[in-house]
Amino acid sequence: MTNSIDISGWVCPMPLRDYPQIVLGHGGGGKLSGDLVEHLFLPAFHNDALASLADGAALTLAGSRLAFSTDSYVVRPLFFPGGSIADLAVNGTVNDLAMLGARPLYLSVGMIIEEGLPIDVLGALVDRMAAAARQAGVQIVTGDTKVVDKGHGDGIYINTSGIGIIPDGVHIAPQNARPGDAVLVSGTLGDHGMAIMSVREGLEFETQIVSDSAPLNGMVEAMLAVTREIHVLRDPTRGGLASSLNEIARSARVGIALEDQWLPIRPEVAAACELLGMDAVYVANEGKLIAIVPPEHADALLETMRQHPYGKDAALIGHVVADHPGRVVSKTAIGGTRVISMQIGEQLPRIC
Amino acid sequence: MKYLSEFRDGELVQKLLAEIRAVVTRPWAMMEVCGGQTHSIIRNGIDQLLPPEIELIHGPGCPVCVTPLETIDRALAIAAIPNVIFCSFGDMLRVPGSEKDLFTVKSAGGDVRIVYSPLDALKIARDNPTREVVFFGIGFETTAPANAMAVVQAKKQGIDNFSMLVSHVLVPPAIEALMRSPSNRVQAFLAAGHVCSVMGYWQYEPLAGKYHVPIVVTGFEPLDVLAGIHRIVLQLEQGRAQVENAYSRAVQREGNLPAQRVLSEVFEICDRQWRGIGMIPQSGWQLNADYRSFDGAARFNVENVHANESTLCHSGEVLQGLIKPNQCPAFGKACTPQKPLGATMVSSEGACAAYYNYGRFVPVESIQ
Repeated sequence: MTNSIDISGWVCPMPLRDYPQIVLGHGGGGKLSGDLVEHLFLPAFHNDALASLADGAALTLAGSRLAFSTDSYVVRPLFFPGGSIADLAVNGTVNDLAMLGARPLYLSVGMIIEEGLPIDVLGALVDRMAAAARQAGVQIVTGDTKVVDKGHGDGIYINTSGIGIIPDGVHIAPQNARPGDAVLVSGTLGDHGMAIMSVREGLEFETQIVSDSAPLNGMVEAMLAVTREIHVLRDPTRGGLASSLNEIARSARVGIALEDQWLPIRPEVAAACELLGMDAVYVANEGKLIAIVPPEHADALLETMRQHPYGKDAALIGHVVADHPGRVVSKTAIGGTRVISMQIGEQLPRIC
Repeated sequence: MKYLSEFRDGELVQKLLAEIRAVVTRPWAMMEVCGGQTHSIIRNGIDQLLPPEIELIHGPGCPVCVTPLETIDRALAIAAIPNVIFCSFGDMLRVPGSEKDLFTVKSAGGDVRIVYSPLDALKIARDNPTREVVFFGIGFETTAPANAMAVVQAKKQGIDNFSMLVSHVLVPPAIEALMRSPSNRVQAFLAAGHVCSVMGYWQYEPLAGKYHVPIVVTGFEPLDVLAGIHRIVLQLEQGRAQVENAYSRAVQREGNLPAQRVLSEVFEICDRQWRGIGMIPQSGWQLNADYRSFDGAARFNVENVHANESTLCHSGEVLQGLIKPNQCPAFGKACTPQKPLGATMVSSEGACAAYYNYGRFVPVESIQ
């Protein structure tokens, strides 16, 4: 028998204090990462180039406008369907530069290798880096190698930095989004994150999910040939579409209105997300871009993206609006609305 | 995606909404018990589409949210022991204990691993015979059969380095506790479809009669939820109080008998503390005498870990339907999913987290 309970006195647990140590979520690309940037890195390093919080820095040097960016790659497993840590390391930095509208030119590579990594694995990775660099049209011009004790790394960590030239008349920055602009994506969402998750967790689906890792500088060049009036470019990597759009909405002080039904998501990715209780808008991509463009150029740019091998599923997913500044809102399939918020830490599989 | 897209069809949703509007004549307050349903309601914006007469009260059915603080503290203590591999469903890692969460233990060197099934934890135990592997066995009747099966397998295979920290909770005693509360406002229940797929729904029949409250077994997709609400409204308007099954593609009256056999082999009923709620007698499962040697709390001597919940937030009132999450003074300010004050903000299925994540602190008019 259940006793009568007076639930008017129900109480709640103690507050959790701020994390006193670094937790994985600080590197997850969501709100915890954002807190580190805002409260630690920005105040310590503050300067104009950093303050724009784009995928890389745009610098004026000896009369030229340079794009400069860096990224580190820690991924397990090292090889996965559709790519490897080597492809990510080249394409990721190439894409960060391309998101400034730059033509990527040169990369550096730093490797932190764990003692015990088979030489043939390293050889295979280096081959793939060289191939990825050739495909993207960049040269790897400097590098560094360090080896750490066994047990102090997942085989290998790779850092790449890159520089490129920003053509005249190109001014791409998250602050440039304007109400009325069209929001485009270059293809299906969540492929990379779900490909990694399905191999890492041994999930098997009828169709294998393949990472979308790809260099996007070719597509960006083609888009800039249509018009230089592209307002924002972003590659939605960690934290997915949701985190990138939230960052844009915040820095441009605009709202973004999406339509759930317009979001391109592969059926197998959608199924895997259902199974794990995840949302594809928060899942990482490694070969997709978001373009925010004046509405009059949207059709022509979409057409150009779709003609490119990495953009055939490009789609209009929504618009920039003056309402609800700083927030991303989506219309659900059944006609309701939901706010797509910034991801907090790591996206975690739900219990049931 | 078959069997999903059909249940998210916009036109059918509109049709069902029209039918609900056609039968409702006055205000009714109903509770969806399960956090999965709360998630679906907010994620799809179902509540915005319902006629204003219908009020949905978000119930205590999120297993992550109601796991008691004390149990979280015990989990944290076990996970910090050097030779232990502590395995858990992913979303338990962020649940705050008195001072920290499992992520913090992991960042301090604890071996905390996310698994998708207790059987994965059992495999880790088999593969690491010199380590102690502990699985965090929480949840409602839904997750219990797999957890019971893992313990049965461990015993059968002699995997002695496996144990489970068990904190299972049961739905019917929670419904009864709510109905007996002096401040109760709930007039009907959407019962959780997946719980009923395991346990059946015959147990709800005495409750419907005793408290004259309609209970409709309901699924999770938009059309499922609306079908459940439709049948509830019909009953309320007609003055009936019966148990009905609006989720017959998954649920039968007697439930899943093989699963129930495993449950009764392993577990026994016990009193259980619910986080944010308090003690509800006979509302939990613990390992019975035959399987007690697999009890992680006893094995690691953490039964003396006790914790007191504070009085800082209003989740009790949220769970009663006395206030909506966004009416709590701490909501979205002192209390966010990143720094939850209360259980209902912890898991994505908690009512407060669902409101926060899907932006219900923004006045709805301004986001349309």
